[in-house]
Amino acid sequence: MKKIFISSVIILTAVIIAGQLSCSKLAEGRTDAIPALNPAKTDIDAGNWKPVLLTGPTEFAVAAPAAVTTPGYVAELNEIKALQRNMSKQQEANIAYWGAGGVLRWNELMRDLVAKYNLPPYQNADGSYPIPSAANPFAYPLFPFANPPYSARAYAYISAAQYDALVAAWYYKKLYNRPAPYKTDATVLAKLPQTDLPSYPSEAAVLAGVTAEMMKLLFPGEIANIQQKLEEQELAAIQAGTATRSDIEAGEALGRLVAQKFTARARADRAGAAVGTPADWAALETTTAAKGEIPWISQDVPKRPPMLPLFGRVIPFLFDANTTIALRPPPPPLTASEQMKKETAEIKDLVNNPTRERIRIVHFWADGVATYTPPGHWDAIAAEDFITKNFSEVRWARNMALLNMSLMDAAIVCWDTKNFYYNPRPTQLDPSIKTLTGLPNFPSYISGHSTFSGAAATILSYIIPEKANAYQAMASEASLSRMYGGIHYRSDCEVGLTTGKKVGDFAVARGKTDGAD
Amino acid sequence: MRRFILCHDKKYYLVILLAILSFKQLSAQTDADAIMMVKNNFCTGLMYSHSSWSNYWEGTSKRNNENLGTVSNNMYAVMGNYGVSDKLNLLFGVPYVQTKASAGTLHGLQGLQDLSLWVKWNPIETKLGKGLFSVYGIGGVSFPTTNYVADFLPLSIGLQSTNFSLRAMVDYQIGNFFATASGTYVVRNNINIDRTSYYTTQIHLTNEVAMPDASNYQLRTGYRSGRMIAEAIFNQWNTLGGFDITRNNMPFPSNKMNATTAGVNIKYNIKAVDGLSLIGSGSITLAGRNMGQASTISGGVFYIIDFSKKTKTTNSPAKEK
Repeated sequence: MKKIFISSVIILTAVIIAGQLSCSKLAEGRTDAIPALNPAKTDIDAGNWKPVLLTGPTEFAVAAPAAVTTPGYVAELNEIKALQRNMSKQQEANIAYWGAGGVLRWNELMRDLVAKYNLPPYQNADGSYPIPSAANPFAYPLFPFANPPYSARAYAYISAAQYDALVAAWYYKKLYNRPAPYKTDATVLAKLPQTDLPSYPSEAAVLAGVTAEMMKLLFPGEIANIQQKLEEQELAAIQAGTATRSDIEAGEALGRLVAQKFTARARADRAGAAVGTPADWAALETTTAAKGEIPWISQDVPKRPPMLPLFGRVIPFLFDANTTIALRPPPPPLTASEQMKKETAEIKDLVNNPTRERIRIVHFWADGVATYTPPGHWDAIAAEDFITKNFSEVRWARNMALLNMSLMDAAIVCWDTKNFYYNPRPTQLDPSIKTLTGLPNFPSYISGHSTFSGAAATILSYIIPEKANAYQAMASEASLSRMYGGIHYRSDCEVGLTTGKKVGDFAVARGKTDGAD
Repeated sequence: MRRFILCHDKKYYLVILLAILSFKQLSAQTDADAIMMVKNNFCTGLMYSHSSWSNYWEGTSKRNNENLGTVSNNMYAVMGNYGVSDKLNLLFGVPYVQTKASAGTLHGLQGLQDLSLWVKWNPIETKLGKGLFSVYGIGGVSFPTTNYVADFLPLSIGLQSTNFSLRAMVDYQIGNFFATASGTYVVRNNINIDRTSYYTTQIHLTNEVAMPDASNYQLRTGYRSGRMIAEAIFNQWNTLGGFDITRNNMPFPSNKMNATTAGVNIKYNIKAVDGLSLIGSGSITLAGRNMGQASTISGGVFYIIDFSKKTKTTNSPAKEK
């Protein structure tokens, strides 16, 4: 019996030790522990940069702050000093988190929300599909379905609004020239890198206010969570010694006002009607069939209406709606043509002979269901490069706005083209083609990934010229990944890339004249 | 060592039940039976297993998916068990797996999956009451043999994690009737996937996925003699952590995958050919979470090679302790 006991103890001990090995398996994110943003330049004259929507930096007035000698201001310094005592680990972590950059962190939070909401609704019992409702965002299906066009637009509105709000903020910073609290009082600790940038209004609070206000429109089910993030960011700015309560309040108020202007634009930009009606969906099919072409048909079971087929009519940021039509490329090969047969056979050959490296490329760029979509992927690529550039917050916002306006307008041109030609996928023309990634539920020509990537690579090559070759290589790989995956023809991808580049050129033209260079 | 089941030339045969535990995670289960190879005997064989499901649990709610139809899985495995001593065995198993969906457009995958290695130790075997009581300790490691795709569930062939397992097992046999109970803790290492971010209950900006550990409980009971074994098997696999598939989402390697399966397993030693045995088994999934409700059938053939001194032994009765 003693032997039984000893052996049992040995075995049980070993099992328990194995259990302990399971600790510390956290998979650390690439931006979890990046250093605090320490801009190379303050961009003090950014108040003169050209806004996207504001008529000018003073469209929304920001009252002059109290002088740093007033009792009210001194009381605010005392608030900071009190908050800097006995800070919790969580509060220190919040300062480090937000100190890495507000534009960066809000972009990451946006990507989180897009991935969370990027789920196609499950069908109704009768085989139809429910449409998410902004009026009731908590009912299934949750609003929004953050698919690629929806999220491209969401990223663009957030980024453009942040940019305009910061241009206005920089104008008033220079105008009022109130130094940071750690400069007005030596006993206020600076927990982030010191800067000569004036603190009124607080750029952190401008970003928090403008983003939280925009989110009411874009992710109405997340208002409470977003508000909590806003409070964390503002408290971090105060506890870091970079802003007083009045810097924060003026900043948040300015941000919210700017957001309201963008919200008003968004409500009238035709995105709300992009889902179309059953009559619209039928018309797309019959119009294409009347031309003698095989129209796209949903291969979801049950058949799902095309994704936002009227998104091509949304009003772009970088050009007008007529230009959308002018940018529409010539038609794809006719569905009955030899060329189309050849292109279909090429895709079949690719999916029948997948290499591990090609599957890696397919999955690296797939950005499908429950991801932050191709625009989010390009935001991630851009953000991780911007981190290395030490941009000021306003320059971060300007660059993100140029990128995300390109991506939204690329989505508009791409969706216009897709639903104008309404071309079938390779799997529709040859059902023996099996795909290595999810089959998107909208027409084939032109490839969304290619259009997004062509646009993104073009504007990013302008922003960071030394990486131009790398961005072009990424765009080509992203484009090819859709052929390797079995969901696009070569024409879709090649024309998508060149069309995307044309959209990106509009952003480059804007960037050259916005005053930031 | 189960001396009751002694058959020809003191050879014991190997039993392997391949349970489809996750969407496709495989487990060589010889390590979960109370049978040892005697010293210098090597048992090896081939197994074929077919598993399929049409319904699955999306979190806790059961559904089908007309864009997948029936997801099926064929597995061909090579396995072996070597008796270092009567009390210590070394085991291995490596499967080749093919997957397929009967509907929708998704491409099936195939390839060599994970190599499993086990050390099985039988420190105690003693009379207890009218029967024989044994205790086993089993340690195992499994790791991917190829860079197969993990992040394409439900059609990936495996999960890519390197796993370390420890199992405690007890067996009690009276006459030809036995019962075996085991509990296992599985440490699962993180994996790397092809994309640079993924969403669980939040976004992760990395290609590294933290894999929750797992536990496994098993009960087996039935008839065991030198000629054959017929047993019922009840198995419970739990992922200790992980998250649920959200509504109409795709599965992910770090999901909380649980399954309760029940099955039967029959092994038979061919009288005519010394050392040759056949195995057949089947199982169904009674309950689950973030997994397919799989039904599985398996068949295999095994042969024992005796590397000990070529002393001709005769059929001997069960050695009494």
